[in-house]
Amino acid sequence: MNSLSTISLKTSEPVIETKGLSAGYIVSGRKRIILEDISIELHSGKLISFMGPNGSGKSTLLRTLSGIQKPLKGTILINQKEISKISSHEIAKSISVVLTKNIVPGNLSVADLVYLGRYPYVSWRINFSKNDHNKVEWAIEKSGIANLLNYKAFELSDGQFQKVMIARALAQDGKIMILDEPNAHLDLNNRVEIMNLLRDLAHSTGKAVLLATHELDLALQTSDYLWLLSKDGQLSQGMPEDMVLSGAIDEVFEFKGYDLKTGKILSNPYRQKINLTGKGHSFLWTKNSLERNGYSIGAGADISIMVLYQDNKLTWKVNFSGQERSVHSIEAMLSLLENQT
Amino acid sequence: MFTGEASLTRSKLKVRLFLLFPLLVLILFLLNISLGSVHIPLSDLINITLGGQGDKSTWVNIVWQFRIPKALTAVLAGFGLALSGLQMQTLFRNPLAGPFVLGITSGASLGVATLVMAGSLIGGLINYSGVSSWLLVLAASGGAFFVFSLVMLVSTKIKDSMTLLVAGLMFGSATGAIVGIMQFFASAEQLQLYLIWTFGSLGGLTWEELKVFSIVIIVGLALVITLMKPRNALLLGEEYAQSMGIPIKKSRIFIIISTSLLAGSITAFCGPIAFVGIAVPHLTRLMINTSDHKILLPAVGLTGAALLLICDTIAQLPGSQYILPINAVTSLVGAPVIIWIILKRKNISKSFAG
Repeated sequence: MNSLSTISLKTSEPVIETKGLSAGYIVSGRKRIILEDISIELHSGKLISFMGPNGSGKSTLLRTLSGIQKPLKGTILINQKEISKISSHEIAKSISVVLTKNIVPGNLSVADLVYLGRYPYVSWRINFSKNDHNKVEWAIEKSGIANLLNYKAFELSDGQFQKVMIARALAQDGKIMILDEPNAHLDLNNRVEIMNLLRDLAHSTGKAVLLATHELDLALQTSDYLWLLSKDGQLSQGMPEDMVLSGAIDEVFEFKGYDLKTGKILSNPYRQKINLTGKGHSFLWTKNSLERNGYSIGAGADISIMVLYQDNKLTWKVNFSGQERSVHSIEAMLSLLENQT
Repeated sequence: MFTGEASLTRSKLKVRLFLLFPLLVLILFLLNISLGSVHIPLSDLINITLGGQGDKSTWVNIVWQFRIPKALTAVLAGFGLALSGLQMQTLFRNPLAGPFVLGITSGASLGVATLVMAGSLIGGLINYSGVSSWLLVLAASGGAFFVFSLVMLVSTKIKDSMTLLVAGLMFGSATGAIVGIMQFFASAEQLQLYLIWTFGSLGGLTWEELKVFSIVIIVGLALVITLMKPRNALLLGEEYAQSMGIPIKKSRIFIIISTSLLAGSITAFCGPIAFVGIAVPHLTRLMINTSDHKILLPAVGLTGAALLLICDTIAQLPGSQYILPINAVTSLVGAPVIIWIILKRKNISKSFAG
């Protein structure tokens, strides 16, 4: 795994690179180090999910990388330049952010909000050039918010607002986008939509997209790389699949009753074995329901169930010691099993 | 797509901003100088303002030495108060913030109180029949500058603006308490002199004073204009603003300097004028529905000038000999306006954090 990732990492110059970075706060003159000796690279065109338990220092690292907070030790290179030698104005042209805690500027229209992304490029008079207009239009189209333009910020749902904030970050048009839990407080649909949007943006615009998230299954399915931060501040990285198989994720999250490799909640069978046949989704979901209810699936059982389409209708044929009955829902199937045993 | 629609509403706004608002201010300005205890016919008035003579020679004096300076003062003060109110509301994202949350007015009143009530102790500086108006201005400026220095000292130490809001309110209370103690020990004449100052007054500025006043206001306004970009960025909060390349600390300090300059000089020359700074930004947002400072800035300033002209016209009670204290009139007009807006908008804080 290591040799593989090194090969792919070497294919391009990193847009962000840290060496021996320590991040944290200075509280009344004293350094409070939260993360130590972090060496990471961020590459163009990749979506990187940054995961770790609450309080492990994800936000601190993101804020340090984006220049909102100063590093306590070590170096951060942005496009090969030392961050302390770049003005905040120049950093803004490279890095745009989306934060968790959003202050909704109620009376600002969606269009005005996206235009805020162009602020690093305009003078104090805020006159937008043709290029600024083009970039904003492009960002609006890319993030699919054209239908929201005439709304005021306070009229948007949480999911819509987050997409507008992503459009704003996109309009800022740096090589790097850093997002701190952009899908917190959103429902499943919106979370999936935002993750898909970010992946597509990374791949189609060539930006490096780094996001902190708690959505493990979404992150595994959409990101090109994972950064994992453990409770004691150890950062490990790799492709999601490699991280699953190497057990690195289990180590960090210390799962209880969840098997990451199968993607399932562990269940202990306390009922009979059932011989299940069928195919596709109907088979999978039937298996799920049986296992959830304490049955185990295997050959050589007294009860056999066959899932099939009969007369265009999904049918479960339950064979209980020679007696066969057909039902048309999983619920009916389960109650049949319960009555017969 | 959106550019077409957005530019349409923008152009409508521009018509309102650059035609209707200034026209309104001009009409109110003329109305203001045409009304007063002495009746001057409109034809004479126009003649006099254009540099001609009226039917009576005293009219020229009344118009040029009294009414026009007063109306100009109202325009400048209204403009300045409204814009500093807008700045404070954006910086502190608080709908109740105004030009005076930093404690600048309390500082000015401390200066005046010291001059009027403690001045006699220092050595008979004052004779009670008439305190020189320049001396009053200097005392008020000195007091305002004193509090301003304290606020600046705090603002360089802190990381977020909310702390500054609390500090400003505390400075205000502390200076208010000191003034209270002075009042307790003051004589009746001193007390009356001080009270008259707290009533506020737009009149009484000589052309000399008006010159100094307008220079200070214009410098303050110029600063306010250059701060449009940081204020817009601040609508998203300080962290976002910083990520957009806005130097937060520097912007905050310049916002404080410009507000103090405006609020301090207006209080120094006109005395305290309440409510204009708080009410006008809300009133303007109701008329033009936006938070964009590029549009808000001229609109809020002009609305402020218009409102203060109206208040001053009411204060001189057309046709009578009396002039009401301007500070009382602005409060009487401002308070119902704010209540009306709250009822109409349901939620006034939507402008800041919906």
